[in-house]
Parts: sequence; structure tokens; C-alpha cells
Amino acid sequence: MISLESLNRALQHWLQSTLGDPWAYLVMCVLVGLAAITLFAVLGLALVYMERKVAALMQIRMGPNRVGPKGIFQTSADTLKLVMKEGLTPDGADKFLFNFAPFLVMIAAMLVLAPIAFARNFQIWDLNIGVLYVAAVSSIAVIGILMAGWSSNNKYSLLGAMRSAAQIVSYELSAGLAILSIVVLAGSLRISDIIASQADGWWIIKGHVPALIAFVIFLIAVTAETNRAPFDLAEAESELTAGFHTEYSGMKFALFFLAEYINIFIGCAIGATLFFGGWMPFHIGHWEAFNRVMDYIPSSLWFLGKTLFLIFLIMWFRWTFPRLRVDQLLNLEWKYLLPISMINLLFITLMAILGWHL
Amino acid sequence: MLEEIGTNDQGDMIINIGPQHPSTHGVLHLVITLNGETVKKVEPHLGYIHRSIEKMCESLNYRQFIYVTSRMDYLSSHINNHACALCVEQGLQLEIPSRAQVIRVLLDELTRIASHQLWWGALAMDLGAFTPFFYAFREREMINEIMEETCGARLTMNYIVPGGLMMDVHPDFQRKVKAFLVQFRSKIHEYDELVTGNVIFQSRTKGVGILSKEDAISYGCTGPTGRGSGVSCDIRKLYPYEIYQQLQFDEVLEQGGDSFARYKVRIGEMIQSMNIIEQLIDNIPEGDFQAKTKAVLKLPKGDFYSRVETARGELGVYIISEGGTTPYRIKFRSPGFSNLSALDHMSRGGKIGDLMATMGTLDLVIPDIDR
Amino acid sequence: MTNEALKIKMEGLLPGAAFEEGTAWLTLQTVPEEFKAFATQLRSDPDLLFDYLFCLTAVDWKTHFTVVYHFSSTVYRHTLVVKVKLDKNDPAIDTVSELWRTAEFHEREAYDLMGISFTGHPDMRRLFMTADHVGYPLRKDYEDPVNMIKL
Repeated sequence: MISLESLNRALQHWLQSTLGDPWAYLVMCVLVGLAAITLFAVLGLALVYMERKVAALMQIRMGPNRVGPKGIFQTSADTLKLVMKEGLTPDGADKFLFNFAPFLVMIAAMLVLAPIAFARNFQIWDLNIGVLYVAAVSSIAVIGILMAGWSSNNKYSLLGAMRSAAQIVSYELSAGLAILSIVVLAGSLRISDIIASQADGWWIIKGHVPALIAFVIFLIAVTAETNRAPFDLAEAESELTAGFHTEYSGMKFALFFLAEYINIFIGCAIGATLFFGGWMPFHIGHWEAFNRVMDYIPSSLWFLGKTLFLIFLIMWFRWTFPRLRVDQLLNLEWKYLLPISMINLLFITLMAILGWHL
Repeated sequence: MLEEIGTNDQGDMIINIGPQHPSTHGVLHLVITLNGETVKKVEPHLGYIHRSIEKMCESLNYRQFIYVTSRMDYLSSHINNHACALCVEQGLQLEIPSRAQVIRVLLDELTRIASHQLWWGALAMDLGAFTPFFYAFREREMINEIMEETCGARLTMNYIVPGGLMMDVHPDFQRKVKAFLVQFRSKIHEYDELVTGNVIFQSRTKGVGILSKEDAISYGCTGPTGRGSGVSCDIRKLYPYEIYQQLQFDEVLEQGGDSFARYKVRIGEMIQSMNIIEQLIDNIPEGDFQAKTKAVLKLPKGDFYSRVETARGELGVYIISEGGTTPYRIKFRSPGFSNLSALDHMSRGGKIGDLMATMGTLDLVIPDIDR
Repeated sequence: MTNEALKIKMEGLLPGAAFEEGTAWLTLQTVPEEFKAFATQLRSDPDLLFDYLFCLTAVDWKTHFTVVYHFSSTVYRHTLVVKVKLDKNDPAIDTVSELWRTAEFHEREAYDLMGISFTGHPDMRRLFMTADHVGYPLRKDYEDPVNMIKL
């Protein structure tokens, strides 16, 4: 049966036998890089299209339906438009920081891709501190946003960037604690270990209510960290016109836009890995026959399905809720989410020590 | 005004909101002084869409000037026309056929519902929720179609003339209005589910932009803005015109004075307007739609003032006539203008987000303010 | 209060005021010197309580200006119209913006478009026109060859 894993093996084998060790490794690196960039482009197009269709579904309208069948080429056309547009740099802006910021945001998003497991044994880099790496690198993005806001020399941008910084720094805590609770249960920071620990059931089921609480907190935190409504205060288009990217146009704006969707994808992929077993099919304890049937569905589909489901949830939030106010946003984190997730972590630790989980 | 822009000597940031900004709903220009996120002062700069309608009306005769007034508060253009027609009729001491009166009131209330629906969607948009806008426009479209069939226009109706109506209603009018009522009654619960009951929406509007009863009277706030502060100011009840005296409806009053109270008043008003329409739609009397008037209207020398309740509050039309075919001086007391003057008072000490919520619930229409 | 009762009361407050006949609301004319004290009385007298100024405007009569105030009471629901005659060359009157806050904007509008100056107003600037605009558009003798189209 053809799977991503076997394809990967075959390719690696062929390269090694024809090129020898160091060259094969180098070519592999280049291929991985190309694959990552392609994935980004496809993800950007697909997720923007999905967002627009989901929004249309929520808003009793059709969504894009002119370019291509069901409008699937609409996002490609939009991207083409953005590429053709002039990327203006305002006179008063700090030129270097202004032009560098979108790339920094994009690079941060790209880096986080490394430890994500897309399918069984299909991972760029299975490092032993995978989850920690994700938490650490994803917070680099805030520097890019701050840079963009500060260097634009625009008050709307500055306000947006400040809001974004306060928000991301705060919500990082809850996200970290929610991730930690699964690490406690799984007993490892390595992504492949965490997935392997869910072979007899996903943590959201095995972990009882505390895992569910951790999942909800994680989802809220991811929404906040990606600056999505109802936490889109950094952009807050009705207050700050466009927040930190007010002055950006053309491809530089597109990079911010793309990074947002990549960040959503990564956040949801991590969520799917931690709570829904990543590529792990739906298994129930020792029901061997049932588990076998589930294994027939390719692991990459499991991963993609779970991730897209979480992305759909986040899109659902966006098209349903009004935006929070800045003080309410911080209250929610510091007064509610943080204490809850701390207590929740205690429960989970207790559960892990006493072996109460399934 | 350029020197104001930047930072003041206390280190507060001064920001221009508008004239092009998504939540000013037009070309309103606010210069706000910010300390961090806290609003210290809001200063409206007007005039970006000032057409001096009052000056234009001085050279238009009593039939013509009504069409200009549609462009003031374009969301209740029908009611603007109504106010002007009432003022001219008051001067001419005309008796309006009862058919025309009923149809005028029906269209007034439809306009009010349409205006409140647009406000509802736009408010949600100001608060960051896009979806309600489309739900509001689903029902608003039905009203627009009714207007289009009957008046020939969807926004600037120009349907009312001194003495009655320009023409009779479309034969489909009653059927379509009833269909709209059925649809809107069955869908209005969605408005509550989507917005009113939402925790975030409530926390964004409750206790925000508080206007006390005394201040509301002093600032001359009328309409839902005044009634949200507990001021009984519904012209339809206090100084009934046309057939409002014979109708059963409640004046929606809230005591809170905050944005949520103003929100609830408008939602309540949509239901009251539906009640009014239901009472009238089957009882449109037969007869003329227009009283007999001379071709050239001449108002006697004197002052004439008419007041009506638009979707935003009290609209006053003050005509000073010297006996000619054109008004000597005309003054429109527009509700938005007075409501806007309270904005600074209401939004001081709040956050930027609160300013948007307050502005949204004031329901500002800029051409109404600038005229 | 009915118009008749209001008229008697007004004659007590403002002896020598001229009343207009044949109007729906009681209309009286006064002079700018007496107006401020009179307005304060209107606002605070427990029998009058004119707390709602629903219209403030100015009229150019070519020989003079009048400022027209429409007062109403939200307690007693009576209405009073006060017209104040101002000089053609130097139209000035005391502000009432501290009595009725709504006057703040309405007076600025009257200043901007009619050129009436309200002494004591906290922020007497142009409201609609730009600060450097010359002339007052609503005056009868205003001419703007570019923007005004004569029918």
C-alpha cells in the first residue's frame, strides 16, 4: 500500500544508493525545504479558500464562485493580484525593520513546521524536545509583529502591535500549561512519543475531564496567539483600521496574511497531535478488530482530518463572536484561564501519578 | 488643525479617527486624545459632507425642497420627506386623505425597521462580528423591494408630496408587507441568539458609554439614544401626528443609559413597529391618495415647525415663510447632530473599543449631522 | 402649563417682552441684554423647568439677525419659542451652553454658518467650514461664485 512513509523510504533509499551519504543528505534537505515551501503555498491558498467558504456558509451567502469551478481559483487570482501590487514603504518608516518584519513572521511560522508529524513516520525532524521547541519558536512571531508596528511609524500600527504583544505574551502561558498537561500524561516531550502513547485511545478521551479542560484552554489560547477573532485586537479593523499591518501592501502584506494561516494550521496540528493523537487512527483500548478497521484509513488522512476539524472550529469562532475589549482580553487570561489551567495541571499530574487515566 | 496632530504636552497620543475609517460609517472625523488605550477626549470635526441643504432649500419651492431632504438622513429618508410635507401642510392647512395618512405611517414604520436592521448589523460589525450584518440584510432586502415597487427607489424615496403621496401604492404592497412580517417575526429570535445573548457582546456594551437621564435631556439626545437613558421623548406618543394617536404601541424605555440599553430600545422598537404595521396593513382605507393642491404652493407669512420621530430621534423642520413660493429660511433640527454632541461626554474614560461601541449605539448617520 | 398661563408667567418674568400672535407655541421677542438672565430663569424656575432646548437657530433678516430658541420641558411638556433680535453689524449674544449642553454644538453651527458670536462659549470655532473660510454661508448676502449655483 502506498503511503507517505513508504514513499519517503523509497526516495531516501534511492538517493543513498545513487549519490552516497553526504550528498544524499544535502539533496534530501533541499527537497524537504522545497516541500515545506510548497506546502505553505498550498496551505495558504487552501485555507483562505476554506475560510471564505466557511464564512459564506455562516453568513447565508455563496462565497467565491466565479474563478474556476466553485471558485477554487479565487485565492490564486488574489495572490496574483497581491504579487503584482507595489509594496509601498512609507517615508517615515524605519526601512530595514519595516521590510524585515514580514519575513521574520514568516520564518517563525516556517520553523515551527519542523517537528510536526504529518503521517506515520513522516516527520521532518523528530527532536526530543519537540513540544518545547514549538512553544519556544512560535513566540518569535511576536517580535515580528512588534517590529512591524513600531517601524511603520503609524499610531494605529503601534497600538495594534502593543496589543498583540500583550496578548501573545499572556496567552503563551495558558497554551504552555495546556501543552504541559499532555506532556505530563504522555511522559515525553518528543512528538512521536506523545503520538505513540495514544495508540490505545486519544488523550482527550483517556484524560477524562481535565484533558477536555486543557483542550478548551489550548483552543482559546491558539485562537488568541494567532490573532484571530474574537481575539483579533491587533488588527481590530473597526478600531485600528488594520492594526499592525496598516501600512503594508502587496506581497509584504500577503506574507503577514499567509503567516496567519500557517500559524493557524500549526496551532491546530499541535492541538490535533496532543489531544487527538496526530496521525494515530481512532483506537479504543483493546478492541483489536475495530482498531484494525480504523488502521485502513491512511494516517495522513487522519492527521489532516483532525487538523482541518480544529481549523474549522477556529473559523467558526471568528464568524460568530464579536471582538473582546483589550482589558477584557487580559482579564480573561490572567484572572480565569491561567488559574484554571494551573489547577487543571495539578489534577492531571495527580491523575498521571495515580494512574487514573485509561 | 495640523498642529494638533501628534502628541500633546502631557504626552498623550492624538489620533485621527476618520474621515475614512471603517467604524465611523461615513466621513466623520474624530480627533481623539489617548492615554495608552484610554480615551481622554473626543473632538468631532464635521463638514466633510456638508452640502448646506438649508441654503439650497432657500432657492427651491415647496414641492422641490422635499427631494433634497431625502439626502440628509438617508436611512430614514421617507420620514424626512414626511416631516417636510407635514410642515408645508401645516402652513397650507391641508386636510390629508386618510388613505395617504395610513400609507405614510406604514412606510415610516417600514423605514424605521429597515434603518434599525442596518444599525444592528453595523453595530455588530463595529464590535468585530461580521456575520450579523448578513442576517440583517436578509430581511432588509424585503423592505427594500417593497420600497422599490411602491416608491421606485430603494434609498431616497421621495414618495411623499405636500398633500399626500406622489402615487398610489403598488397592488402587491399589502401581500409583500405581510410576507415580510411573517418572515421577520419568525427570524427575529435569530437576532437575539446571534448577538443579544452573546457574553462577549454583553460585556462589550453593558456599562459602556453611560449617559444619565439629565445629561440626555441637556444634550438634547432623542430617539433610542434618549429613551435608552429613560427620557420619554417619542414624538409619536408625545405630539402625535397623522394617525399615531389611534394606534396601539408602546414607547420602549430603558433606564440603563448604557450602550446595551440603547441596543435593547432599538430591538424593542422593531417589534413595536411591526405591531403598528400589523394594525394598519389590513385597514388601508379606500379613497384618494392626494389632497387637491394648487400647482404652485405658497405658504402664508409666519413660522412653521413640525416634529417627527425618525429612526434616530426627533427631526424638526422649521420653516420661516415670507409668503413666497420658497422658504425664507429653513432649519432642520437633526437628531444625529444633537446625539453626536454627547459623544465626547459618553466616551471619556473608556477604551478605544468602548468608543466604537458607543458610536455604534448612537447610530450616527453622517449626512444627517452635516446636512 | 397652557399657553395662556405661560404668557402670564412670562409677562411677570420679562416685562416689556413682545409676544407674537397666531402661533401654535407661545412666541416672544426679547433683546440680547436681558436674554441670559431670562434663560437662566427658564431653566431653573420650578414652574417652568425648560430643560430641553430642542432647536437653536439664527435667521438673517437683512436689517438684523434673530436667534430663535425652542424650549420645551420634559416635566410639564410646555413649549416656548424665544426670539432674540441682534444687531446687523455685530451680532453677539451670551451663550447658553452651560444651561443646555446641546447649545454647544448648535451655537457653533450658528457661528459657523451665520456668523453670530456667542460670548462665553467654551469652544467658539467653526464646525463645518474650514478654519480659514471667509464669510458665513447662510447669510443672505453671502456670495460664492464657484460653489453656489443659482437656479
